[in-house]
Amino acid sequence: MVSQAARAGDSAKKGAANRKVKLSVRNLTIRYGDVVALNNANLDIYENEVMGVIGPANSGKTSFLNAINRMSDMRSNMTVEGEITFNGVNIRDWRNVYALRSRIGVVFPLPVGLPMTIYDNVTLSPRLRGITDKRVLDETVERCLTRAALWDEVKDRLNHLGSMLSGGQQQRLTIARALSQDPDLLMLDEFSIAVDPVTTMRIEDVLKELKSQMTIILVTNLVQQANRLADRTSFFLNGEHVETGETEALFEGRTQDQRTRDYIEGRFG
Amino acid sequence: MSDITAATTAEAAGDRLDKNWMIDKGLQALMFICGFSAIIFVLGIFIFVFKEGAEFVAHKMDFAEFFFSPKWRPTSLSNPTYGILALIAGTAAITALSMAICLPFSLGAAVFIGEFAKGKTREYLKILIELLAAIPSVVWGFIGLAIMNPFIIKTFDVPIGLNVLNSSLILALMAAPIVTSLAEDALKAVPDAYREAAEALGATRWQMIYKVIIPAAKNGLLSAALLGVGRAFGETMAVLMASGHSINMPTSMFDSVRALTATIAAELGETPVGSDHYQALFAIGIFLFIITFVINLAADLIVRGVRKG
Ligand SMILES: Nc1ncnc2c1ncn2[C@@H]1O[C@H](COP(=O)(O)OP(=O)(O)O)[C@@H](O)[C@H]1O
Ligand SMILES: [Mg+2]
Repeated sequence: MVSQAARAGDSAKKGAANRKVKLSVRNLTIRYGDVVALNNANLDIYENEVMGVIGPANSGKTSFLNAINRMSDMRSNMTVEGEITFNGVNIRDWRNVYALRSRIGVVFPLPVGLPMTIYDNVTLSPRLRGITDKRVLDETVERCLTRAALWDEVKDRLNHLGSMLSGGQQQRLTIARALSQDPDLLMLDEFSIAVDPVTTMRIEDVLKELKSQMTIILVTNLVQQANRLADRTSFFLNGEHVETGETEALFEGRTQDQRTRDYIEGRFG
Repeated sequence: MSDITAATTAEAAGDRLDKNWMIDKGLQALMFICGFSAIIFVLGIFIFVFKEGAEFVAHKMDFAEFFFSPKWRPTSLSNPTYGILALIAGTAAITALSMAICLPFSLGAAVFIGEFAKGKTREYLKILIELLAAIPSVVWGFIGLAIMNPFIIKTFDVPIGLNVLNSSLILALMAAPIVTSLAEDALKAVPDAYREAAEALGATRWQMIYKVIIPAAKNGLLSAALLGVGRAFGETMAVLMASGHSINMPTSMFDSVRALTATIAAELGETPVGSDHYQALFAIGIFLFIITFVINLAADLIVRGVRKG
C-alpha cells in the first residue's frame, strides 16, 4: 500500500501533460489469415512507465508484442495494419528491422536458455553487433547478470550451459540477455508462467529497479502482478483493446467498461 | 472402496478372453520374432564373415604386410602378396574427397530446406531429394562411366576419367540425400523458441543460423555427416565402375584407384572357396565390418549425446 501511495505521488508529479510518448499505437489490426487477433487498437505508452497488459488467453496480447518488434515479418500468415510509432518513428520506416529489434528486449513466457554457455547467452547480442573486446563483454556479463539478480548464483560457473539452469534461473538469464541489448523498451510476456513464486518476486523487484532506465510492457496473466508493478494497465479481451487506465483507478473499480471491472475482480471465465 | 476392488478383480479374471488383449499379445509376439530374426541375421552374417576370414587372419596373415604393403597380388603364382595399403588409400581418398564435396553441399541444402524454403518449394525439394536416394548404385556407376568419364577427360585434359575425382563426385551425389535429410531432421529438432529468441535479440537470418541453430543442432549434424561417411565408405558398385579399379597409391585426384569394397565384389566370384585369396578377401571384409561398425557406433553415441543434453 505504501508503494502504491508513492507511485501515485510519482505520477502526479510527472503530470499527464509532459509525459513523453515512447510508443504510440494507432488503428492497429493484426490478423492471422482471416482470424483477427487484435482489432483496431489505439494506445500510447509513455517513457519510463510500466504498462501492464492483462486479459484472458487468446486476447491478442502476444500478437500485440510481436507486432511491436516486427516479429510479424517472419510469419507469412500474420498481417499487421495501422501504425506503431517507436521513438517518434514509424516502425515500418526503420532502416533495418534488426536494429529495431536490438532496441527492444523481449522475455518470453517459457524461459529460453539458449544451448550455449551462460557467458555466451548474455554476450550473444553484443557479439551479433560485432563487439569482440573481451573486457567489454566481461563487463556486460557482470552488469546484466547483476541487474537480473542472477550474478551471485552463477558467477562461478559462467561457462556452464545456460539451458541447464533451473527454470527460474533461465528466466533471469533471459532477462539478463535482453538487458545486454541496452534496450529502450523491455517487453515481458507472462514471464512468471513457469517460474516459482519466490523467483517471481525477485524478478518483480528487478523490474521495479529497471523502470527508471527503460520503458516496460508487462503482459501478465496475474492481475495482481499488474497491480503491483504497472503504472497504467490495458485490458485486452478477444482481440479488442477494451481500455487503458491508471492501474490504481482500475483496481479501485473506476473503470470505463464493466468488463474490465469484472475481469479484475475475477468474475470472468 | 471394496466395490471398486471387486470390479477390478472381475475384469482381471476375465482379461484373457478379451479380444484386444489377444491381438495385443499376438502383435507383441510377431514384433519379437521380427526383431529377433533381424538380430539373428546380422549375427549370422557377422559369424560367417569372421569364420571364413579367421583362419587367414590367425595363421597366414602377415599383419605388417597386410596393412602396410601396397602390393595386392593375390593371383601371382610364384609369390602371392596380400597388402591392402593401396586399397585403403583408394577408399580413403575417395571417401575424403566425396565428403569434402558432399558435406558443405548437404548442409547448405538442409539449411535451405529447413530454414528458408516454404510451403510447396519445400515439399518438392524434399521429394526430389528422396528420389535421388532411390537411384540404384549401378545407375550411378553407369553415370560415372558414360557421362562423368568423358566429361572429366575433356574438362581437365587427362588421359583417363575413371579416377578418384569421378568416383568422389558420384559418391557425393549418392550420399547427399541421406546426409541432407538427416541434417534437416537435426535442424528441425531445434526448438522454434531458440529461433524466436535469436530474432528478438536482433539477429539476422544468417546470424541466427550460424550462431544459434547450427550450434544447437551440432550433434545431429555430426551424426548425419558420419552416416554420410559410412555410406561413401561402404559403397561398392558405383565405386567399382567409376574409380578405374586399378591398384595405385593415389597422388592426385586424377589417379585411378581401387577401393576395398570393389576388390571384394570383383574378385570373390573368381576365387576357389577356401583358398588363401578367398580368405584374404574375407579378412578385408572383417576390416570393413569393424570400421563400419565403429562409424555407426560413433554416430549413434553422438545422437544419444543430443538426447541427454
Ligand atoms: N501463429 C498463429 N497462427 C494463427 N493464429 C494465431 C497465431 N498466434 C495467435 N493466433 C490467434 O490469435 C489470437 C490471439 O492470440 P495471442 O496473441 O497469442 O493471444 P494471447 O497472448 O492474449 O493469449 C488467438 O485467437 C490465436 O488463436
Ligand atoms: Mg500469449
